[in-house]
This record gives sequence, C-alpha cells and structure tokens, in this order.
Amino acid sequence: MTSIPAERSTPVVLPVSKAVLWLGLTVLAALLLYYFVGVDQGAVSVFGSDTHVHEFVHDARHLLGFPCH
Amino acid sequence: MERTLILRGLLAGALGGLLAFVFARVFAEPLVQSAIDYEAGRDEAQAALDKAAGLPVETEGPEVFSRAVQGNLGIGVGMVLFGVAMGALFAVVYTVLLGRTGRIRARALATLIAGAGFLTLYLVPFLKYPANPPAVGHPGTIGARTGLYLLMVAASVLFLVAALLVGRRLAPRLGTWNATLVAGAAFVVLSAILMAVLPSLGELSGAAGSETPLPLRDPAGRIVYPGFPADTLAEFRLYSVLAQVILWTTIALVFGPLAERVLRRDAPVRAVAEA
Repeated sequence: MTSIPAERSTPVVLPVSKAVLWLGLTVLAALLLYYFVGVDQGAVSVFGSDTHVHEFVHDARHLLGFPCH
Repeated sequence: MERTLILRGLLAGALGGLLAFVFARVFAEPLVQSAIDYEAGRDEAQAALDKAAGLPVETEGPEVFSRAVQGNLGIGVGMVLFGVAMGALFAVVYTVLLGRTGRIRARALATLIAGAGFLTLYLVPFLKYPANPPAVGHPGTIGARTGLYLLMVAASVLFLVAALLVGRRLAPRLGTWNATLVAGAAFVVLSAILMAVLPSLGELSGAAGSETPLPLRDPAGRIVYPGFPADTLAEFRLYSVLAQVILWTTIALVFGPLAERVLRRDAPVRAVAEA
C-alpha cells in the first residue's frame, strides 16, 4: 500500500458544513425536476390537476422507466 | 468550489440527457408510435365489440399535445431535464464524497458514483418494474405502480448506502476486496428480498393477470385483435436501458475530467507532485 503516494487520491476535502446551503438547494431542485418529469399529473398532481406536464414529457417518461398510464 | 462542481454536474447531466434524447429519437420513438398505433387499433376493435354487444362506447378526449410535439420537443425537454436532475444529484454526492473515500482519483470517483446512480436510481427498480411503451399498463393501477416504483428507487439508494457503510466497517478486518464482495452481496440480498415481497405488475390489475394488453376475443372466443406485440415491448425495454447507460456514461466521462481541472486549480502544489 505504501507504493501509492497520498497525492494520487482526490486532493481536496470540502467542509460539508459550509457547503450545506448550496448542496441542499441543489438536491431540492433536482428532486423537483425528477418529480415533474417523472410523476406529476400521472398518479398525483400538486400544481394544477390537468395533463399538460404529463402529456408534454409523455414519451420521455415512458422511456425513462417511470410508470405511465 | 462546491458551486463550480455543481455547475459542471448540471452541464454533464444536460449533455448526457441530450445524447440520450438523440438515441431515443432515432431508436425508441418508432416503437412508441407503433405502440400508440396498436392501442388505437385495439380501442377501435373494442368499440366495435361493445357496439355489437349493445354496450355504451367510450369516446376519446381531445389531444393536449400532438404526437409530433410529444415525439420531438417533449421527449427532448423531458430527457434533458431528467439529465440535469441526475447531474445535480451526482454532483452533490461527488462533492460530499470528495477526499472521504480513501485513495480514489477524481475521474475514478466520478465513474463509481455514476455507476451507483445508474444502478440505484434506474437499473434495480427497472428489474422489478421495467419501463413500458405506451398502451402497456392499466390506467386504474397508475397510482399503485408509481408508488411501488418510487419505493424501489428509494429502497435501492438506501440499500446501497447501507452496503457501503457495512463494507467500510469490514474493510480493516477482511481487506478491501473481501469487504467489497460482502457489501455487494448484502445489496443484492436486500434488493432481492424487497423484490420478492412487493407485488408484480400482473398482480395489480386483478382479473387480467397482466398489465400488458391481451388479445381481444369475440363472444365465441375467437381472437379478433392480437395481444400487444412482444417484440415492441422487448425492444422498448432494451432501448430504455441503453438510453440510461448513455446518460450515466456521459455524466461520468464529462464530469470526471472537468472535476479534475477544478481540483487541480485549487490544489496547484499537489498537482505538480502528481504530474
């Protein structure tokens, strides 16, 4: 093991406590996107119960593996 | 620096979504169209049967978006947005794990995380509840199917995290190779148990026994319209897997070098040592 110098690993450790705001916001935004592309106006509908979002991304939703009608 | 990494994750994800869209447009869209054509023909046959039997005939509602919009713009936007979402999640996991996973280089870490994303967010849920072209799946079970699918996604992520923690605990005692094997086995066993417990798609729709449309028969029992074509179903599922492979491979291959440049810029002294 000593033959691999420490410099070969990823050199930076980010303090998560400082980055937590940005990381949290990113996760939230990603989950919202995931929800709109994959789930909204299929089984449940949070914002307006019509079928515009569902019908627009319809083909993508099927191919990405989300259950669809 | 976390912002730079997240931005590059979004970029890699968008590019992955775009490439997956190009693939989908060429290979999967014709299958979607043939599935919709099948559905239309089956509905007509069903209506004729209902009419002959004196039952009320259902009429279809108006189209919200034309097939041309769904099959070009809609699928493109959907795939790119999904790619962006996956790239964002990928970047967050990458940022958190950076430097905390032992001696793994920036590009190798990107490959491992992309593999984990593909495995937990798509492949394992797919094994239990595979992707379906349009016309496959009962409208009445959409709520149950969505809930079960999302449960599989969440459980897969949880299982992988648990397996990783177990693996790290065991590594000092068993060595990295054996600990990885045990962790991998734990993930497989947990996933298999959950899959065995959850209902299959065919069980949800009750009497039919299958979500996939069966042949239509007239009152005499003769088949008047065939069941859903098996080749279309199988090919669509294959292309669904390949589209996700393209997406995650792109994220790994694009993000890895980009991250390496960010890290090198922030750690110039070590970069010299590395070179």
